[in-house]
Amino acid sequence: MNLVESLERQLEPNPNIPALRPGDTVKVHVRIVEGTRERVQVFQGTIIRLRKGGVNANFTVRRIAAHGIGVERTFLLHSPRIEKVEIVRRAKVRRAQLYFLRERRGKAARLKELRK
Amino acid sequence: MKGIIGKKVGMTQVIKDNGEVVPVTVIEAGPCYVVQVRTPEKDGYRAVQLGFEEVKPKRLTKGQRGHLERAGVPMLRYLREIRMRSGESYEVGQVIRADIFSPGERVDVVGKSKGRGFAGVVKRHHFGGGPHTHGQSDRERAPGSIGACATPGRVWKGSRMPGHMGAKRVTAQNLEVVLVDSDRNLLAVKGSVPGPNGGLVIIKEARKQKVAKGGK
Repeated sequence: MNLVESLERQLEPNPNIPALRPGDTVKVHVRIVEGTRERVQVFQGTIIRLRKGGVNANFTVRRIAAHGIGVERTFLLHSPRIEKVEIVRRAKVRRAQLYFLRERRGKAARLKELRK
Repeated sequence: MKGIIGKKVGMTQVIKDNGEVVPVTVIEAGPCYVVQVRTPEKDGYRAVQLGFEEVKPKRLTKGQRGHLERAGVPMLRYLREIRMRSGESYEVGQVIRADIFSPGERVDVVGKSKGRGFAGVVKRHHFGGGPHTHGQSDRERAPGSIGACATPGRVWKGSRMPGHMGAKRVTAQNLEVVLVDSDRNLLAVKGSVPGPNGGLVIIKEARKQKVAKGGK
């Protein structure tokens, strides 16, 4: 094992993030610092990708904001700024990156719920 | 002046407690041994000669082996000198580890930049190159005009032209020490550091530190 990897491995991922999968609809509670004040903002959307890579491991959440405009936000799995992540719904998906959702609008952009 | 010899390991990032992500270069620094102390009386200046990286004796010449044996230190591959301020004292045989630095301190890192060979002006001096279209050929990475006509009738000295690039000593100044791992002799400094991974670097106290108001 090289030294950089061993150094990265010491750094623990944020314990408040459960195991995530692409297609999950999640509520991400993010701590936001405004000057001296701190508040928590919730970002709800679908996970369209998970990326590995040690401390840089991250996931991207896509949500449709006002006027049907898509907004994507990427969060680091190691970031202490994430208060918690709630899984709202899990969907059946057949690929790891759900980029096809970007081209779809409205009803076409739905995903089938995962049955256990 | 505090200083240590190390090897660049590679780059990664560190996430601070407030969630800020800091790009860092990891350096394996030390253990270094003091091989020789230069004194004004004997050598005319003050410095310490540090050695780094233990090596098999057969890798060194007899002269190097004798020099290291006299100091009573292990066989070492690299020897470098670091200037000392008056008042500092080191002893031959003393071991210097990465923990001479602590997080938050500022350091200068000296390394040998990656060699780029004989490079053109676009790479070497960030020239724009010529136009790609409008009937141009062979002009894409050309330097353009290098001077005027009969006055001065020659090219000015120091004009930026193609030539050998890189593979020279470069100092990255005033980098912040982010992490110190004294068990494994690792240092992480903010930002990039000259040279390839595995390249030799010298880490010294920063020369151009901002001194807090009211400080010395």
